[in-house]
Amino acid sequence: MPSEEPLVAEHVLEFPGGYTRSTGPVIGRFLTELRERRLYGVRTREGRVLVPPLEYDPDTGEAVTGDWTEVGPAGTVTAASWVAEPRPEHPLDRPFAWALIRLDGADTALVHALDAGSPKALKPGLRVRPVWREQRTGDITDLACFVPEVTMITSAIPARYRIRASDSLTRFLEGVRDGYFLGARCGSCAKVYVPFRTSCPECGVAVGEEVRLPDTGTITTFAINNLPDPRAPEVPFVSAYILLDGADVPMIALVGGLPAHEVRQGMRVRAEWLPPEQRTLSMSNVRWFAPTGEEDVAL
Amino acid sequence: MREVAIVAFAQTRHTLTDTGLSEPELLLPVLDEVRERTGLRRFGFTCSGSCDYLAGAPFSFVSALDALGAWPPISESHVEMDAAWALYEAWVRLQHGDVDTALVYGFGKSTLGDLRSIATLQLDPYYLAPLGLDQLSLAGLQAAALGAPQAELDEIVRRSRTDGLANPHAPDLPLEGDAPPVTDGAAAVVLAAGEAARELCARPAYLTGLAHRIEPHYLGMRDLARSASAADAARAAGVGKGHVDVAELHACFAHEELILRRALDLPPETVVNPSGGPLAANPVMATGLIRLGEAARRIHDGDATRVVGHAAGGPCLQHNLVAVMEAGHG
Repeated sequence: MPSEEPLVAEHVLEFPGGYTRSTGPVIGRFLTELRERRLYGVRTREGRVLVPPLEYDPDTGEAVTGDWTEVGPAGTVTAASWVAEPRPEHPLDRPFAWALIRLDGADTALVHALDAGSPKALKPGLRVRPVWREQRTGDITDLACFVPEVTMITSAIPARYRIRASDSLTRFLEGVRDGYFLGARCGSCAKVYVPFRTSCPECGVAVGEEVRLPDTGTITTFAINNLPDPRAPEVPFVSAYILLDGADVPMIALVGGLPAHEVRQGMRVRAEWLPPEQRTLSMSNVRWFAPTGEEDVAL
Repeated sequence: MREVAIVAFAQTRHTLTDTGLSEPELLLPVLDEVRERTGLRRFGFTCSGSCDYLAGAPFSFVSALDALGAWPPISESHVEMDAAWALYEAWVRLQHGDVDTALVYGFGKSTLGDLRSIATLQLDPYYLAPLGLDQLSLAGLQAAALGAPQAELDEIVRRSRTDGLANPHAPDLPLEGDAPPVTDGAAAVVLAAGEAARELCARPAYLTGLAHRIEPHYLGMRDLARSASAADAARAAGVGKGHVDVAELHACFAHEELILRRALDLPPETVVNPSGGPLAANPVMATGLIRLGEAARRIHDGDATRVVGHAAGGPCLQHNLVAVMEAGHG
């Protein structure tokens, strides 16, 4: 029985060893200078400096002069186009921009890859500099790419501290280790605070009564965070104020187990605990609060 | 100048996939169509446009002659360019005065290889090809140089794709997008001079102006926001000497249409690319010839009296051909 599939064959067109071409004196000079990490242009009879050099003035058709001049290495981007998905043929394996770059001292623009990091960096008039390949052969790709000039720095501030937890915090975290949230009831106003604390901020009096609160509560407000945080499992993540049942003030915690955009005020949630053997004296014993599926609560 | 007219035009139903037709098999129906329409089996001159890199085989255009019946030997030529330039060569040949008819055809199976890699091979091998720039890279740079509002560009794509849905030769495509489809297809045109034009066609589309101009290949040597060569070709062809009912422009990207409208100085009432243009079907190497054929068809059908066909080649509209065609010139 004949096959339903069409007959298909792979076919490759290639020139074994590559296709060789002579450069001529003008392009050859430019590529030779590139190998030495220098950028050169050639002057036309009208006085324009062509970079990259051509043998003839594209405006007049006249042969260019023998007047060579060093240009760059910095230049100004005149147009750029972001490449979100580089191909194997492209100079960079990460997103980059194609750019027309007018090197300082040149009257024409060079086309090359610009390692700009983000399309937001492609501002008109962006100043750029070349990055040279370590192994150069006299090829336009001896220029690995261009990068923006330095206009910003990032300062690291490595100040280290050693913090001892207060007795009240330690007491609270012991509760979190053992699977409950410890609150404090004010003897004066009867408000229940969580995490556990030793004074009432409203009355200004010491509080002594410990209250064990359940691990269920209601979201009063929340934020969707798009910047990574070492304490969050992924981006975006949701941090929320959760009013534990029986508490008078909300406690901040992560919310998970549902897409960020589905989190809402009034949503009922329950803590998701790590298994007891993995717990430490830390809030990370609670992976996050996840929806209970109960009906929302009016706030 | 001898009066020369497009007297017949035919094109394939362009496809987004390889249907398995060989190049002669792709061509034969369109050649049959123009031969039937004109009643001609032999032509004073034959010229084609195609690119061997599309099939990845040297001299692949020679096999296309099998669709012609080139025996006894015919007078034939080929350009490794869009077939609009084959039409230009045939027009020049007809000016010699010793032959009266010419067959022009173009074809391309863009789906066989990776069209982006193949497009890189058209570029200067010293400064551009080693970087791997392709047609999308080039279009991105030219669009950035022009800086047109995105809404205006989107509207051109939407209009072109909507018109394409009404064009039986164009594949059905979504109304959004920013690049032309990768398409297989072919087209053929018959040119006739003097008395032969009137004998072969009720309403010949007389080529009253035909010119092509080129500018530097290297992108950084020109102002990409304008097309000086298209403007020069339009002036030489006399686009501005009369009204223009329809202009079929070889604009593969929306920003190219904006650049070309300005270069050709088209009045706002001119209908641009009623066929859907290259954004609706882009059988590379025939796309430009189809623009001239689609424009001529409006005169053949009696829908227009003066039209413009445009073809482009090279990176960022480097090379432009402009044809002005008129009805009832003879």
